[in-house]
Amino acid sequence: MGNLNKMKSILIEKTLKLDCGKEISNFPLAYETYGNLNEKKDNAILIFHALTGDQYASGINPITKKEGWWNYAVGPGKSFDTDKFFVICANVIGGCMGSYGPGTIDPLTNKPIGTNFPVITINDMVNAQYNLLDYFKIEKLFAVAGGSMGGMQVLQFVSNFPNKARVALPIACTASHSAQNIAFNELGRQAIMSDSNWKEGLYDEKSTNPDKGLAVARMAAHITYLSKQGLQEKFGRNLQERSDLKFGFDADFQIESYLRYQGSVFVDRFDANSYLYITRAMDYFDLTKQFNGNLSKAFKDTKTKFFIISFTSDWLYPTSENKDIVIALNAIGADVGFVEIKTDKGHDSFLLDVPDFLSTIKNYLNTTYSNINERRI
Amino acid sequence: MKEEFKVISKFIEEKSRVLDVGCGDGILMEYLSKNKVVDVRGLEISKEKVKKCLSKGLAVIEGDAENDLKQFPDLSFDYVILSQTLQAFMSPEKVIENLLRVGKKVIVTIPNFGHWKVRLDLLLKGEMPVTKNLPYQWYNTPNLHMCTIQDFYNFCNNKGINIYKTISLNGEKISNILNSNLKYKNLISELGIFLLEK
Repeated sequence: MGNLNKMKSILIEKTLKLDCGKEISNFPLAYETYGNLNEKKDNAILIFHALTGDQYASGINPITKKEGWWNYAVGPGKSFDTDKFFVICANVIGGCMGSYGPGTIDPLTNKPIGTNFPVITINDMVNAQYNLLDYFKIEKLFAVAGGSMGGMQVLQFVSNFPNKARVALPIACTASHSAQNIAFNELGRQAIMSDSNWKEGLYDEKSTNPDKGLAVARMAAHITYLSKQGLQEKFGRNLQERSDLKFGFDADFQIESYLRYQGSVFVDRFDANSYLYITRAMDYFDLTKQFNGNLSKAFKDTKTKFFIISFTSDWLYPTSENKDIVIALNAIGADVGFVEIKTDKGHDSFLLDVPDFLSTIKNYLNTTYSNINERRI
Repeated sequence: MKEEFKVISKFIEEKSRVLDVGCGDGILMEYLSKNKVVDVRGLEISKEKVKKCLSKGLAVIEGDAENDLKQFPDLSFDYVILSQTLQAFMSPEKVIENLLRVGKKVIVTIPNFGHWKVRLDLLLKGEMPVTKNLPYQWYNTPNLHMCTIQDFYNFCNNKGINIYKTISLNGEKISNILNSNLKYKNLISELGIFLLEK
């Protein structure tokens, strides 16, 4: 993917035992940081990215030359104010932006690892990223935050490391991936695997990739990130650069053209095998089951302040699933805030300019940070 | 801060766990967490108000007492506060039961429908009363179950709920309501503040 040498990355030497039973060591974890770590090292926020995100949360992504995926929320004066906080974001293992993943070149064969890469879980991703705390010598993070799969990582992180973050912000997520979500992920994987270029996952990135399959996967997924109302308002039945239907299978409608575009730009920046591995990790995520059906036990004795946010038009990770987390936390008397933000932008709302959402996070973090400091004095 | 909140906060002992049901903008929550060092949580139905509370870093969840109180375990709070919202519920009886299940002590404030101005409105004008504490018209009021201090008193007695203390609030005037002056206080109080226990 070029430019890889400019990337910041740590080499995790110590062995990480994965949920699948395999062990990995000496693997790279690519990351980016924004803002400065203060002397007390109490202003760090670890942000977890979603399925197709990467470490470039803010500013311009040096690889894609496009805005970072959470540019609305991360930056000077923004929700995660980098004038005040030190924001760290890493590419998950299994990803394709410099961290250890199926696209990593195997030194023995000089080819991408492909489907010889072990199946990873959200738990594995979080355990790998925990090494960043050691690297930056951060005793306790001020906050962990993320939306969608990033939110699942937030929940897993707080469960694994109960005393390592003062604030947790799981956004538009779930504690247990639903059948519907697994179904959509399977649709995407089947699109990739039925592309003849996929070759059981052992395609060589330099030659032909399963781009068509990956593009279809992205198109299908993209629909799930939007709401019916949002689609209707943005596109309706508008035609694409034509005044009449063409009685063919070209993109007559704007929505078709839009989806095709989304698919085509996605394949330039994402690896098909990473898509398989990361969607699998999401499907396997069931924090409730990890604690024998009692989600509250995942957060036993937690001192972390939780702030959970859902969106009215998000049907992929609906309010009810976010509320299940709230209920589990209230059952053990944890410190939890919850709001459902009104928007027609669907699941994607957390990535978009939704002023209510962005300002509430900003105020919550700033106030909580100063309250904690006041109490310490 | 409103007189009512001053009375309520006097009821609350330091370092206790408090749930404010219908916490509004979180003014009482803020006061309690700063001045009484209590661990305070809030439940609020209005998204706008929940956002305001969260912006202040308060632990408030969006929800309503009739559906969302059940997620709190038995006796998980030292105090549960319900300020001037009892009359707006579909089933005030069930809400009170739930409050007493969740809280060791419960503080309930009711706008008094027995106040003389209210009585006079109906008696002389023959119109549904509109007052400072009950500012709505009959056709747009969220208040489904109005009651008087006397009514609530009777309700607690019938249900075997212990009333530890009752305070009358009339403007800024605070006084105790006792068995002996109940009829009179029911006529002159704008608000009744009850400290209850199962």
